[in-house]
Amino acid sequence: MLYFLRKQKYLIDYTLSSLLRRKGKSLGLLAVYSMIVFMLASVTLFSHALRHEAGLMLQASPEIILQRMEAGRHAMIPADYLQRIGQLRGVKQKAGRLWGYYYDPAVKANYTIMTGGQSETPLTNIIIGTGIARARGLDVGDYLTLRSQNGEAFSFQISALLDDKSELVSADLLLMSPQAFRRVFNIPEGLYTDLVLSVRNPREVIKVVEKLTQLLPDTRPILRDEVLRTYDSVFSWRQGILFVLLTGSILAFVIFAWDKASGLSAEERREIGILKAVGWETADVMRMKFWEGMIISLTAFLIGYLAAYAHVFYASASLFEPVLKGWAVLYPQFRLTPFVDGLQLATLFFFSVLPYIVATIIPIWRTSIADPDAVMR
Amino acid sequence: MTIQLTNIKKAYNQGKPNEFWAIQGVSIDFEPNRVSCLKGASGSGKTTLLSMIGCLTRPTSGRILLGDRVISSLPERFLTEVRRHTFGFIFQRFNLIPGLSVLENIMLPAYPLGLPYTQLIASAKRLLKEFNLSAKADNPVEWLSGGEAQRVAICRALINDPQIVIADEPTANLDSKLSYEFMGLIDELQQSGKTILLTSHDSAVYDSVVVDRVVEMRDGIVLTDAG
Repeated sequence: MLYFLRKQKYLIDYTLSSLLRRKGKSLGLLAVYSMIVFMLASVTLFSHALRHEAGLMLQASPEIILQRMEAGRHAMIPADYLQRIGQLRGVKQKAGRLWGYYYDPAVKANYTIMTGGQSETPLTNIIIGTGIARARGLDVGDYLTLRSQNGEAFSFQISALLDDKSELVSADLLLMSPQAFRRVFNIPEGLYTDLVLSVRNPREVIKVVEKLTQLLPDTRPILRDEVLRTYDSVFSWRQGILFVLLTGSILAFVIFAWDKASGLSAEERREIGILKAVGWETADVMRMKFWEGMIISLTAFLIGYLAAYAHVFYASASLFEPVLKGWAVLYPQFRLTPFVDGLQLATLFFFSVLPYIVATIIPIWRTSIADPDAVMR
Repeated sequence: MTIQLTNIKKAYNQGKPNEFWAIQGVSIDFEPNRVSCLKGASGSGKTTLLSMIGCLTRPTSGRILLGDRVISSLPERFLTEVRRHTFGFIFQRFNLIPGLSVLENIMLPAYPLGLPYTQLIASAKRLLKEFNLSAKADNPVEWLSGGEAQRVAICRALINDPQIVIADEPTANLDSKLSYEFMGLIDELQQSGKTILLTSHDSAVYDSVVVDRVVEMRDGIVLTDAG
């Protein structure tokens, strides 16, 4: 055992000195390799962290959202639907919601407007998200004017800014009183945008939904789980798009690695010949090259992954922001909670380290099984 | 340890249009503790013959006996084992690995043995001292003169204490003074009990008093055998 360990140590020492001898080539390869791992890891870390965060936030959201449909489109829902639902057993809580979008031509962005409870927000006061505050240069005490459906202008005083910890979901959010909302959007009393319900027993949610669709056939129930799945597929789709965009660079790297490995220079072939001639076995040469591949790929993996970690969780993934954060103009500025998934880490390792080692080892095996007598000539 | 070759033949690119028979049926014995020199023009087959004796390549047909062991049909792994423990090689262009120090180059053949580092370095330093290279131990091999590089190559050939030293055209890159010094070193190696096999077309080598036997080759066959 001691013999084996000493032998491995000598092989690693030799490998390190080989890498240092070809400093330029080794550093070039390391830089390209690290960059690829960095890009892949940034995308996967970011998407996973967003999914994770979205999942955590949606846990507090209502189990069922009920929307009324008219000609296949979302329409306002009458308040008396709440009474009709009241007859259903299994429904624990129910409430009407008011929300909508407001296009602000000044910044060419949509705001999401919601009501902040019945009496919490005074009629002329609003609370805004930090994205809106940044875009419009507003602060607490300033006024923001919104034009209603019929062209009437309403001025609101900003009473507070939403906590920037929630910026992921609140960057473009504007909270106002229900009365103000109805005035701005010209929505009469007795109508809501949608209804939210919670059930007594979460296992019965599907049953409740079945009863709701029978009772209110013009409505569409949306489950929390469906929203979660939608988030998941949206982030997967975006992640996929980015992977497609990165395919070119990944392919370039694969070709580079293969070329490096298969196109052993005359000097490298001669070195392998010398090593074999002086008594190294094919297995020793392979082990040495295996260590070389391991050192390069593990170092690149570590550098790339740590850089991606810093990029995603400390620099808010600034490089991939436009693709991954969404279609909104008001990009949230937020820091994701560091979240590393073991399976994701293993997948990234499997797809970045192993192919390189295999790509480099096979051509070297071909070279090193040849007779070393060529070195005599 | 006697080396016995029986009807050895070696073909390159066999079965292809450029098939070439480098050795065409050589039967010869080399006695232990003697200096034997294969002489002949370029392409005569002397390097190929040494490669087969030194287990660097296998014959196409025929049998090579090392002591009482047939080595011509050994699998690669065992061939390496024999090569590592029995032979030390001095190559024509020395074949030192650039970028490594003199000491590292010398220790290279011993790495696969997994010996303790203290033992490894002690053997290498002893050889360096013996060949007046101690001051150059940490220098990269590119900094060495031709004569120094060859002495490093000899040290590397001796690190595993082989019984047989094989030197292919050892003086091809040396001037006459250094060639003479080299033959002095060969003499010392023989005195220490080693068997020496040389190839050369340099008269400073094959006419040297150090050489016990001269085998002349041409076109893959033994032409004359004197000694």
